[in-house]
Amino acid sequence: MNNKNTNKESVSFGKKVLSFVQNNSVPLMFVLICIICIPISGFSVSYLVNEIVTRMGRNIFLILCLLFPIMAGMGLNFGMTLGAMAGEIALIFVADWQVWGIPGVVLAMILSIPFSVLLGMLCGKLLNMSKGREMITSYIISFFINGVYQLIVLYMMGPVIPIKHFSLKLPRGYGIRNTVSLLNMRQCVDNLLAVNIGGVKIPVLTFIIIALFCLFIVWFRKTKLGQDMRAVGQDMEVARDAGIKVERTRIISIVMSTVFSGIGMIIYLQNMGNIATYSSHSQIGMFCIAALLVGGASVDRASIGNVFLGVILFHTMFIVAPSAGAKITGDSMIGEYFRVFVSYAVITVALIMYETKKRKQKSRLGQQLAREQLEEEKK
Amino acid sequence: MINANIPLLELRNIKKDFFGNQVLTDINLSLNEGEGLGLCGENGAGKSTLMKILFGMDVIRETGGYGGDVLINGEKVNFATPFDALAAGIGMVHQEFSLIPGFTATENILLNREPKKTNVISQVFGERLNTLDYNEMNGRAVAAIEKMGFSIDPNMVINDMPVGHKQFTEIARELSKDKLKLLILDEPTAVLTEKEAEALLESIRGMAAKGISVIFITHRLHEILSVCDKVVVMRDGYVVKDVPACETNVTEIAKWMVGRSVSTAANTDIRELSDAKTVMSIKKLWVDMPGEIVRNVDLDIMEGEILGIGGLAGQGKLGIPNGVMGLYEAGGSVEFEGRPIPLNSPRSCLDANIAFVSEDRRGVGLLLDETLEWNVAFPAMQVQDKFLRKLLGGLIKWRDEKAIGEVTNKYINELMIKCTGSKQKARELSGGNQQKICLAKAFALQPKFLFVSEPTRGIDVGAKALVLDALKKFNREYGVTVVMISSELEELRQVCDRIAIVSGGRIAGILPASESSEEFGMLMVSQVK
Amino acid sequence: MNRQLSGENATFMDRVKAAVNSFGLPRLIIACFLLLLFIAAPFVGADFATQITNTVNRFSWNAVLVLAMVPMIHSGCGLNFGLPLGIISGLLGATLSIEFGFTGPVSFVMAIVIATPFALILGAGYGWLLNKIKGGEMMIATYVGFSSVSFMCMMWLLLPYKSPTMVWGFSGKGLRTTISLEGFYDKVLANFLQINIGNLSIPTGTLLFFALLAFLMWAFLHTKTGTAMTAVGSNPTFAKAAGVNVNKMRLLSVVMSTWLAAVGILVYEQGFGFIQIYTAPFYMALPAVSAILIGGASVNKASIANVIIGTFLFQGIVTMTPTVMNSMIHMDMSEVIRIIISNGMILYALTRKTEGSK
Repeated sequence: MNNKNTNKESVSFGKKVLSFVQNNSVPLMFVLICIICIPISGFSVSYLVNEIVTRMGRNIFLILCLLFPIMAGMGLNFGMTLGAMAGEIALIFVADWQVWGIPGVVLAMILSIPFSVLLGMLCGKLLNMSKGREMITSYIISFFINGVYQLIVLYMMGPVIPIKHFSLKLPRGYGIRNTVSLLNMRQCVDNLLAVNIGGVKIPVLTFIIIALFCLFIVWFRKTKLGQDMRAVGQDMEVARDAGIKVERTRIISIVMSTVFSGIGMIIYLQNMGNIATYSSHSQIGMFCIAALLVGGASVDRASIGNVFLGVILFHTMFIVAPSAGAKITGDSMIGEYFRVFVSYAVITVALIMYETKKRKQKSRLGQQLAREQLEEEKK
Repeated sequence: MINANIPLLELRNIKKDFFGNQVLTDINLSLNEGEGLGLCGENGAGKSTLMKILFGMDVIRETGGYGGDVLINGEKVNFATPFDALAAGIGMVHQEFSLIPGFTATENILLNREPKKTNVISQVFGERLNTLDYNEMNGRAVAAIEKMGFSIDPNMVINDMPVGHKQFTEIARELSKDKLKLLILDEPTAVLTEKEAEALLESIRGMAAKGISVIFITHRLHEILSVCDKVVVMRDGYVVKDVPACETNVTEIAKWMVGRSVSTAANTDIRELSDAKTVMSIKKLWVDMPGEIVRNVDLDIMEGEILGIGGLAGQGKLGIPNGVMGLYEAGGSVEFEGRPIPLNSPRSCLDANIAFVSEDRRGVGLLLDETLEWNVAFPAMQVQDKFLRKLLGGLIKWRDEKAIGEVTNKYINELMIKCTGSKQKARELSGGNQQKICLAKAFALQPKFLFVSEPTRGIDVGAKALVLDALKKFNREYGVTVVMISSELEELRQVCDRIAIVSGGRIAGILPASESSEEFGMLMVSQVK
Repeated sequence: MNRQLSGENATFMDRVKAAVNSFGLPRLIIACFLLLLFIAAPFVGADFATQITNTVNRFSWNAVLVLAMVPMIHSGCGLNFGLPLGIISGLLGATLSIEFGFTGPVSFVMAIVIATPFALILGAGYGWLLNKIKGGEMMIATYVGFSSVSFMCMMWLLLPYKSPTMVWGFSGKGLRTTISLEGFYDKVLANFLQINIGNLSIPTGTLLFFALLAFLMWAFLHTKTGTAMTAVGSNPTFAKAAGVNVNKMRLLSVVMSTWLAAVGILVYEQGFGFIQIYTAPFYMALPAVSAILIGGASVNKASIANVIIGTFLFQGIVTMTPTVMNSMIHMDMSEVIRIIISNGMILYALTRKTEGSK
C-alpha cells in the first residue's frame, strides 16, 4: 500500500519537474550556459557581480517598458527604440545647453516626454492599422523612425535646429558627432547615494527609481486603465462590446511604453557616459527584448520577475561569452558573435513557440467526438 | 408608478429590409413585466434580426434602420447603439460567448463597470487611473450570482471553466446590471448539459419572480413550454402565432415553424428510386465542424437520386458534406461505388469524381481576387489535368488559356451569369452570380456525384430558381447523383426525391419529399441539442 | 442614389483621386521624386549617361534578389524577410567554389551549383517551419534570417577554409570580411556582350541572366503547379477544397525563394566585385522587400512587372540621390533618404487594410 502511494507521489513529482522544465526551458538553458561559461571565462566573482549590478541598473528600467504593450496584447514592442531616440534627442539638447549633473538628467527626462508622446502616438496609430501583425510593423517603424532621426540629427541639427556648441557638431559645421560626451553627467544618478559593499558598487538611487517604477507597474495593473489594457489584450472584440475604447487603450499603452523607454534610455546613457549618436538606440530594442524573453516571458505574458531574472541571466551570458569563447576557440570574435547569435536565437525560439501554441488547440474536440461515439456504441 | 396595463416592451409594426430584401414584416409583440416569452422559428425566420433591432445593433443602422416603433414602458425609444439599450434596461446573452478568457468570473461580470476608488494620481491624470475596488467587485459579483440562483465560483478564470459555467457567467453579468428589466437569451441551453439546462430554466423562473422579463430563443421547444408564459412563432419575417404557452404543445409549434402560408408546390416529379443501387454509403461518421458537429451518422445515397439534407442551423447538416469532403476533421467510413474513400483528404474525393459546392462561397468557394476563368477551371485543372497543354512530352503542363476561356464562356451562357466577361474578378459579381460560378466550377469537373451546400443562401428569388433548375437539369441530363443541403425545407421539397433531416448531429429520419411539412418539422426539433 | 449621382458627376479630380488610390500615393511620390532627379541631373552638372549606366548597373545587381520575393508572395507566405537564409546559401556556394580552386567564369557556375543543395536544404527546413506558424510568417522569417546570419558569423571563423585569397593573412584562418573576386567571377556576366557607347555602358550579360530567370518564373506561374501556388496564396481554403496540397505548395515556394536569393547574391557579387560575409547579409532583405513593394506589389500579390519597375525605381533613387543631392545642397543625404523610402514603403504596405485583410 505504502509503496503504491509513494510511487504515485513520485510520478506526480516527476511530472511536475517535467512540466517545470518545459515551461521554463529558455531560462534553464541560460542557467546552463552561464554555469558552463563562468568558470571557463576566468572572471572573478566580484568582477562579475559588479558588472551585473551595473548592468541591472542600466537596463532594467528600459526592459520594464516592454510590459505595457504585452499587457495590451500588442506583443513585443520593437518600437521601444522610438522612445530611446526621443531620449537621445533630449540629451543632445541638454548637452548643448550645458546643463549637467542631476538637473541635466531631470531636464532631459522632462524634455524627452513630448517627443516620446508624439512618436508613441504615431506608432500606436500605425499599429492600430495593422492589427494581427503588430510586431513586424513596430519593427519596421523603428527602422523608419531611425531614418527620420538621422535626417534630424545628422542634417537638421545645425542649420535648422540651433546647436550652439562646437564640441557637439561635426567638423563640417552641421549634424551631431558620432559620439556625444556626457562626461559631466556620467553616472551622476548612479553615484548619488551609492553604496560600496565588498567592492561591489550599488547604485542605490537608480535601484530606488527602478523599485518605484516596479511599484507603479504593480499599482497600474490594478487601475481601471490597467484592467482595460488586459481586457483589450486578451480579446479586442469582447472589450469593444463592453464599451472599452480599444484603439485608444492600445495607443495609450504604446505611448506609455515609449515615454518610459525615453526615460529609461536617459538612465542608460548617463551610466554609459556618452551617446553613440547613430547606434546607441539601434540595438537597444533587440537586447531588451532578448533579455525579457530569457527571463521566461513570452509574447503574450510577462512579469516583473521575468525582467529581473532575464537581466541577470542574459547579461551574465553577455559578459562571459566573449572571454569563454576566446578561451575555447582561441578567437575572441567567436564569443562576440555567439552572444549576438544567442540574442537572435532566443527571440526566434520565443516567437516560434508563441505561434505554435496558438495553433495547438485544434483537433482535440475531434478526438473527443470519436471517443463519445465509441462509448455510445458500447452501451 | 408604472401602470400595470402598460406592457414593459411593445413592438409595433416593425419592418426591416436588407437592400430591398424584406426580412421582417409588421411584427407586433408585447411583453409584461416579469413575463417570459418564448421565441421560436426556423433559421432565417427573422428572430435574430428582430433582436438586433431591439438591442440597437450597429448593423441595423448601417443598413438603413427599421420601420415601426419600439416602446419601453409605453415610451417610444430608438437605440442608436447597444449601450443605449443597456441603459434602458435590456440585457442580452449572445450565442457566442463574449468573455475575456484570462479574467475571473468576477472580472468578467463587471467588465468595464468595475467599482473604482479615486486616488491622487487619478485626480491629476483622469479617472481611468482610478484603482479598482476589489472588495466591492466581489460583493457585486456574488450578489449577481445569487440572483441567478446557480452557483459558480466567482474567482475562477474563464479558461478553466466548463462551458456551461461560461454561459452562466454571461447571465450573471447581465443580472449584475441594476437597471435590468428585460433579458434576451439567444439559445442559452445549446452548450449546457442536461442538469445545467434544468438549472438555467429554474433560474429563468426565478428571474420572472423578481420582475425581470425574459425573451427566450431556443429550438428546444419543451423548454419554452416549461418556463415561458407565452410563445411567439416566427416564419419568413412574420409573426405567425402568438399564444399563451399553456394552450399549445410541441407538435403544434413545430408545425407552425415550418408550415408555409403559401403552399408552394412540392416537387412534381418525385421519383421512387428504391431499386437503384447505393452509390455512396456513409457509416458512423463524426465531423468536428465548429457549430455544425456531426455524430454517428449512417446514410446511404442511391445512384441518380437527388437527396436533400435539411434541419435547423447548428444541428450538423452542413457538417456532413464538409466532413466527407475532408474540409473538417472527420472519422468513420465512407464508401463510394463500393470503394472506400479516405476521410480528411479532399483530393481523394475529387479523384473519385465527387464534387462539392461549399456553403461558404467567399471563404471556400471562390478565389475572389482572381478571374472567373480561374475560378471555373482551377479544380478541374488541378484534379483532372484538364485545360492544360502538355509541352516537352508532358514534362511541362502549361495553362491552356484558350480552353479555359471557352469553358468559362460556355457556363456563363448556360447559367446566364451576369458579368462583363470571363476575365472579370469574382469579387465584383453579385451573390447569385458568384453562386453560379461555384456551380460552374463543380460542373466543369464533370462529377459523378455532387454535394451542394446551401446553394441559394443569400441570393435573390430569380437567381434561386435558376440555380435550382440548373441542379435538377444536371441531375436529369447527366445522371449525376446530387446531395443538396439546405436550411429551406420548401426548396428541398421542390427539387429532391428524398429528404433526410438532421437534428442534434444525427439523422432524425429520411422521408420522401412528398411528405407534409409538419412531418419534417417534427423531425427537425426531435433531437435538438 | 447618392452613389449614382456622384458617379454621373465624376469630375476629373475624382478620377485622378481614384487613379492615385489604385496606384498608391507613396509609389506616386517615389516615381515623381525619381523623375525630378532625372530632370535635375543635367542642371547640376551630372552626366546623364553615367547616371543611366549606374542605375542600370545597380538594377542588374539587385534584380534577382527582388525576384526572389515573388514565389513566397504568390503562395501567401508574405514578404520574405528571411532572405538572408538564401543569401547564406549563396555565400557558401561562392566561398566553397573559390576554396575548391575554381577560377574565372567556371567559378560562377560552380558557385551556383554548390549553393543549390544548401539552398534546397535550408529552404526546405525554413518552409517546414513557416508551415507550422501560418499567419505569423513575417516576424519569424525576420528572426530566422537574423539568427542564421549570426550563426554563420561564427562559422565563417571556424570553418576550415584554406584558400589564401579568402582567409586572414596573418592568422591563416577565418574568412576575411570582404573577399575580392578578381580572377574569379568579377563581372563575368556584366562583361558578356557589354555595350559601350561613350559614357553609357550596359551590362548585357547580367540583364540577360535576369531576363532568363524572370522568364522561367513567369513560365512557372503559367504551369499547373504555378497556378496552384497562386491559388494557395489567393485563398488557401479554396485550394485545399480543390485538392491542392497547401503545405507542399508553400514549401515549394519557400525553397524557390531561397534558391533565387542564393543565385541573387552571386549575381550581386559578380557585379559588385566582392563577397561580403559576416554581418553584411543582415539587412539585405529590406531593400529587396521595399523594391518589390515600390514596384506595385502588395503583401499577397506580385508580378514580374512589379519586380522590374520596383527594382528600377528603388535603385534609381539610390544611385541618383547622392550625385544630384550632393551637387544641389552639398549634403549627402542619400543614405537617410534610402532608409526612409524603403522602410516607409514597407510600413505603407503593412498598414494597408485591403492588403492585409487576410
